[in-house]
Amino acid sequence: MKTEIKTNLKAIYGRAYVRLVGAHREPSWLVSEAVLPLLSTAAFVYVYKALKAPEEYTGFVILGGAMTAYWINVLWSMAAQFYWEKEMGNLQLYLVAPISRMAILLGMATGGFYMASTRAIFVFIIGSMIFKVNFAVISLGKLALIFFLTQIALYGLGMMFSSLFMLFGREAWHTTNLFQEPIYLLSGFFFPIKSLGMTIGLLASFVPLTLGLDGMRQLAFKGGKELGLLSVDLEIYGLAVLSVLFLIAAHYALIYMENMGKKEGRLTLRWQ
Amino acid sequence: MSYAIETLDLTRTFKKGKKKNNSKKPELIMALDKVNLTINPGELFGVLGPNGAGKTTLIKILATLLLPTSGTGLVDGIDVAKYPEKVRKKINMVSGGEHSGYGILTVRENLWMFSQLYGMQTKVALQRIDELLKLLGMEEYSRLKISKLSTGMRQKMNIIRGFVCDPQILFLDEPTLGLDVQISREVRKLIKSWVKEKKEKTVLLTTHYMAEADELCDRVAIINNGRVLACDSPSNLKTSLKQDSVFHIEVNLMLENLDRFNQIPGVRKFAYEHRPSTDRTDLKFILENDSYISAVTEAIGNNGSKILSLSKAEPSLEDVFVSLCGRGLEDENRD
Repeated sequence: MKTEIKTNLKAIYGRAYVRLVGAHREPSWLVSEAVLPLLSTAAFVYVYKALKAPEEYTGFVILGGAMTAYWINVLWSMAAQFYWEKEMGNLQLYLVAPISRMAILLGMATGGFYMASTRAIFVFIIGSMIFKVNFAVISLGKLALIFFLTQIALYGLGMMFSSLFMLFGREAWHTTNLFQEPIYLLSGFFFPIKSLGMTIGLLASFVPLTLGLDGMRQLAFKGGKELGLLSVDLEIYGLAVLSVLFLIAAHYALIYMENMGKKEGRLTLRWQ
Repeated sequence: MSYAIETLDLTRTFKKGKKKNNSKKPELIMALDKVNLTINPGELFGVLGPNGAGKTTLIKILATLLLPTSGTGLVDGIDVAKYPEKVRKKINMVSGGEHSGYGILTVRENLWMFSQLYGMQTKVALQRIDELLKLLGMEEYSRLKISKLSTGMRQKMNIIRGFVCDPQILFLDEPTLGLDVQISREVRKLIKSWVKEKKEKTVLLTTHYMAEADELCDRVAIINNGRVLACDSPSNLKTSLKQDSVFHIEVNLMLENLDRFNQIPGVRKFAYEHRPSTDRTDLKFILENDSYISAVTEAIGNNGSKILSLSKAEPSLEDVFVSLCGRGLEDENRD
């Protein structure tokens, strides 16, 4: 048992290492994944400034712009990842290894989180400095808690997608594409989710970023509470439930899809 | 006695994409048909057959990547379908033409990364990786990103990956596929020395290169259309043809009505390979005895072709394959 845990921890680190290295080895990402997103985020800031919106909206947008790094990472480096791994021939090597499949997903998630964080921090710090964002943090503890719960639930969602897309061919790529833009709207990346109304806001809360962004805005900015969808405590509970739910779903989806793949012979079928 | 690998009536079918004649039942392809094999611990066992013979399917089932339709596959006595987790602790696998690994990592980092999936201590893993890189003449590439490697070098790296964790049973699926002569030789040398040094280790190797099977394997199973046609040591398989006469004939042109050669009295089996670039054809005849060769040469002459060379050969594994299947490996691959 002890050996198995050790092996799985090593596997998590091994898989995460690819992304830990990737975050630094090719600095060209700075342009494509940090500078360019900062420009689109800036566009929203100027819209709000032109409309003379309350000051906290600038902070809302910068926070949303920073969090997009995680969403993009979950979509492209988690959800669609097994498809790429299959194409490269890595998937069969993972499946032959004496480790839990969840270790691979956790490794991908850990590395992905680190990778996305380097981008998110860049956008957040530079954006906050350029646009002189004023923070009014109510509770740093809760802010940290809601951020990490959001990440656990979000990467749990990514792990679940990854499992479900395991047997997909190129449609994994298309499906991922399909999710990207609507979530920018439904999760309120650049505006308070309350603007969409309670019903849509609650429905959109199945995407962890909706509750996470809303909660963080309530805790970090003056006036955030008035624009919040639910109370912060309720959002924390919601995120905790989503975290558990997605991780369990990912685990079972992975088992189910692997067995189906082994039965149908599609587990290592490439160029679909 | 406990076998390293055992298959009992192992069968695997695949559904064909399109249904024929609007039938409700999907058409099935028989990839493995009641395969029975026993491989002893410490054995270097080859599965020889043309493309599509079922070699990769067999390896995938034994490596827990595919479920059998029926029958049983046992690795070190453990059922691969029932207890895949236990099987995975004993195996590793390398496939020919793999492009696995991550381009952003160096050769050494990639190999280390895969070693972590087997829980190896970093120090031990790196030491072993360096040894193997040296053995295959790749030390100078160790700090190069794999995206910069040639196909041959990348395949060498994949081969090393299979050996790093020192598995009890190693599956090598066409390990020298597409490699040049020199690299293939180095890879074969590594495989041979590993099994020789570590008596308890077992290798199951699939190939469609006759010479490779002949050179490496203690025993060989010849497989075609999912069926095992023969299983013995290469020398025994070749001895089984000793009472026959094997002739290799090279002719100009592509002969027509080739089936008639099978009807010549005394011809047991016949195979051919046409080389369009030179417009020459290699013919292989397995005859009951030498006296029938005159009837063969006469038939070739009647066809308007000219015999460029004729030699009596010692039976090779290729001839064994021709004798069992009625056609050469090249014919199968051409199909």
